[in-house]
Amino acid sequence: MSFADQSRTATSSFWNDTGRTGVASWIFSTDHKRIGLLYFYSVFGFFLVGVVLGLLLRLELMAPGRTIMGPQTYNALFTVHGVVMVFLFIIPGFQGSFGNLVMPIQIGARDVAFPRLNLLSWWLYIIGAVIVLTSLFTGGGPPDTGWTFYVPFSARTGTNVSLAVFGVFIIGFASILTGVNFITTIHRLRAEGMSWGRLPLFVWSLYATSWVQILATPILAITLTLVIAERLLGTGLFDPGRGGDPLMYQHLFWIYSHPAVYVMILPAMGVISDIIPVFSRKPIFGYKLIAFSSIAIAAVGSLVWGHHMFTSGMSETAILVFSFLTFIVAIPSAIKVFNWVSTLYKGSISLEAPMLFALTFILLFSIGGLAGLILGAAATDIHVHDTHFVVGHFHYVIFGGSGFAFFAAMHYWLPKFYGRRYAEKPAIVAWGIMFVGFNILYFSMKILGLKGMPRRYYDYLPEFATLNLISTIGSWILAVGLVLMLVNLFRGLFRGEPFVGNPWGGATLEWSITTPPPTENFAEEPVVTHGPYDFRGAGVP
Amino acid sequence: MSFSPHKDYAGAKLGMWLFLFTELILFGGLFLLYAAYLSRYPHEFAAGGREMHLVFGTANTVILLTSSLLAAMAVTAIQRDARGRTMLLLGGTILCAAVFMLNKYVEWSAEIGNGIYPNSSRLAAGPVGESIFFSLYYLTVGLHGLHVLIGGTLLAVVAVRVKSGAIHGGEYVLLENSALYWHLVDLIWIFIFPLYYLIL
Repeated sequence: MSFADQSRTATSSFWNDTGRTGVASWIFSTDHKRIGLLYFYSVFGFFLVGVVLGLLLRLELMAPGRTIMGPQTYNALFTVHGVVMVFLFIIPGFQGSFGNLVMPIQIGARDVAFPRLNLLSWWLYIIGAVIVLTSLFTGGGPPDTGWTFYVPFSARTGTNVSLAVFGVFIIGFASILTGVNFITTIHRLRAEGMSWGRLPLFVWSLYATSWVQILATPILAITLTLVIAERLLGTGLFDPGRGGDPLMYQHLFWIYSHPAVYVMILPAMGVISDIIPVFSRKPIFGYKLIAFSSIAIAAVGSLVWGHHMFTSGMSETAILVFSFLTFIVAIPSAIKVFNWVSTLYKGSISLEAPMLFALTFILLFSIGGLAGLILGAAATDIHVHDTHFVVGHFHYVIFGGSGFAFFAAMHYWLPKFYGRRYAEKPAIVAWGIMFVGFNILYFSMKILGLKGMPRRYYDYLPEFATLNLISTIGSWILAVGLVLMLVNLFRGLFRGEPFVGNPWGGATLEWSITTPPPTENFAEEPVVTHGPYDFRGAGVP
Repeated sequence: MSFSPHKDYAGAKLGMWLFLFTELILFGGLFLLYAAYLSRYPHEFAAGGREMHLVFGTANTVILLTSSLLAAMAVTAIQRDARGRTMLLLGGTILCAAVFMLNKYVEWSAEIGNGIYPNSSRLAAGPVGESIFFSLYYLTVGLHGLHVLIGGTLLAVVAVRVKSGAIHGGEYVLLENSALYWHLVDLIWIFIFPLYYLIL
C-alpha cells in the first residue's frame, strides 16, 4: 500500500473508464460508486424537499392563528415532512450514499458482495418513494397522521394512508437488502490484512447499523401491513371496540422505530470517528471501545422502545424497566464522545470544513443526547411528553447530529469522487451561519416545550408567540447557510480547484487510490499492513 | 470488462441466512400479537381453535414436511450432478406446494362459507376475542400462503435453470438457497399449525 505517490491525477475514473456514460449506464449500473451517487442525489433531493416543508411549517407557526395555511394542510405538512425526512432521507441516507461510495474501498474490496442486489435496493427505494409521493396527490389527499401512523386515527382517517404506508413498506425492503448486502460484504470481502481490528470505524458503524436494519425493519413491515389490513379488511386488531389494543400498535411501531434512530445516528458517529483523527493528526483514542460501543448501542438500543410510551398506559413496571434501559444507552454514547474528545487532546487540529461540521456534531449531539435523558427519565418525561421539547431534542440529535455529520461527509468524501473541491472560506462561512441558525431554531423549541407548548398543534396561546417567532427566524438563518453551503459545494465539485492525492492526509484505503477512483477501485489486490488511523504506517505526514 | 465475476458461495449462503432472519422476524410480529392477545382472551382463543378444521391442517403439515424432504433430496441430487432426478424432485416439491394451496383454498372457502372471516357479521356478533383470533389466523396463514407461492415460483425458476444447464453439479448455490427458503416456509408452518389448530 502506498499513500505517498498519490499526487498523480487519474486520467480515467469510474466516471468514464468503462466507456459508458449515458443515463442508462448510471441507473442500471452495478458499480457501488455509481449506486452511491445515485443514492446521494436521491436522498439529498428528498432532504431539500423536507427542508422546504419544514420551512413552511415554521412559517405557519410564526404567529398564533392562521398564518399561511389551514389546519388540515398543516397536519398533512408535518406528516409529510416527517415521512420524507425519516424514511426517504436519513434512514437510507448514510448507508445508501456514503456507505456505498466509501465502504467497499475502505475494506479493500472491488465492490459489495451482491452488486445486482445493491442496484435493486436503489430501485426499490425509488419505487417506494414514488408511491409515497403519489399518495400525496391521489385518493383522499396527503396523510395527516404524523409520521408515526398511530392507530386508531390512521385506521379511520379518510386521507391516503394506505398508499403512503405501502410506499414505506417497499422502502423498508430496500433497507433490509442493503443491510444483508453490507454484512455479507464486510464478512467476506475484506482485503488481505484487513482484520476486524483494522476496519475503519465508519465500517464498524455500518456493520452495527446493518444488523439493526436486518433485525428491526421486518417488524416495521408487518406493522405497516397490519395498518393496511386494518383499513382494507377491517381486521380490528388495533380497534378497542373489537377487542384490539392500540397500545400493541405502539409497541410494534417503536420496536422498529426506536432502533431506526440508531440507523440514523450510528453511521454518523462512524463518519465523525473517521474525520476527527485525520484533522487532529493523531490516531483515534480508544479504537476498540468506539467499535464496541457501536455494537452496544445497536444491541441495547433495540430494547428501549417503550420510552416513547410512558404516557400511553403501560404498566409502571414496564415504565421503570424501559427508563432504566434507556439510561444504559447513554453509556456507550458517552464512551464515543469522550473518546473523540480524547483524540482531540494534544492533537494538531486543523479547522477545515469537514472538521468544523464534525466538531459541531459532537456539541449538538451532546446537547440533544442530554435532553434525551430528561425524556428517558419517566418522572420528567410526563411533563415534556409530546411537547416542543421532544421536537427540539429529536432535531438536535438527528439534524444537529446526523445531519451535520452528513454535511461533514459531503465535504470530506465527495471531492474524492469528483476530483474537484469546494472553496474553503465560503464553506466555513456557511457552516457558521448554519450553526447559529440551527441553535436559534431548535433551542427555542426546547424552551417552548418546557413552557408547555404541545407539538403538532396548529394554534397556540399568545404567551408562546415570541419564542415561536424567534424559532422561525432561526429557520431562515439556517436556510441561508444551507443554500450557501450547497452552492459552494456543488460549484466546487463541478468547476472548483482540482482535488488530487491525499490532501486531508487520511490513512484509510480510499486515500491510497487514484482520484476519482477507477471502476476497479484498486489496480492490484491491496494488502493492508497498517491500521486505519496509523498515519505513520501509512506514510502520510 | 476484463475481470471475471467473483463467485463466493459462502457469501451467497450467508446473505441468504441473513435474509431468512428477516423473514422470521416478519412473522415474529404476528406471533407477538398472538401471545399478547392469547393472554388477554384465553377462552375465546380456545373456542376459536375448536372451530378449525384439524384434518386440513394435519394434511397440510404432512404435505409441507414431505415437500421439504423432497427439496433437501433435490440438493443432494444436484450435488451428484443427477440433473434429471433433481428436476423430478423439484417437480415433486412444487406439486406439494400446489396441493397445499388447494387445500388452503378448500379450507378457507368452508370457513368463509360459515361466516368466519375478518369483519364478518357472525364474528361481530360473537365475543371480541374470537374475532381477534380469526383476524390473526387469516393474516398469519395468508402471509404464509404468500410465502408458499413465492417459494414455489422460486423453485420453478430453479427447475427451469437446471433443465437449461445453468444450474449443475458444479454450481448450485441458487438451488441450495431456494431450498433454504423452502425450509423456512415449512418451519413457519410448524409453528402456525400447533398454535392455531392443536394446543387450544
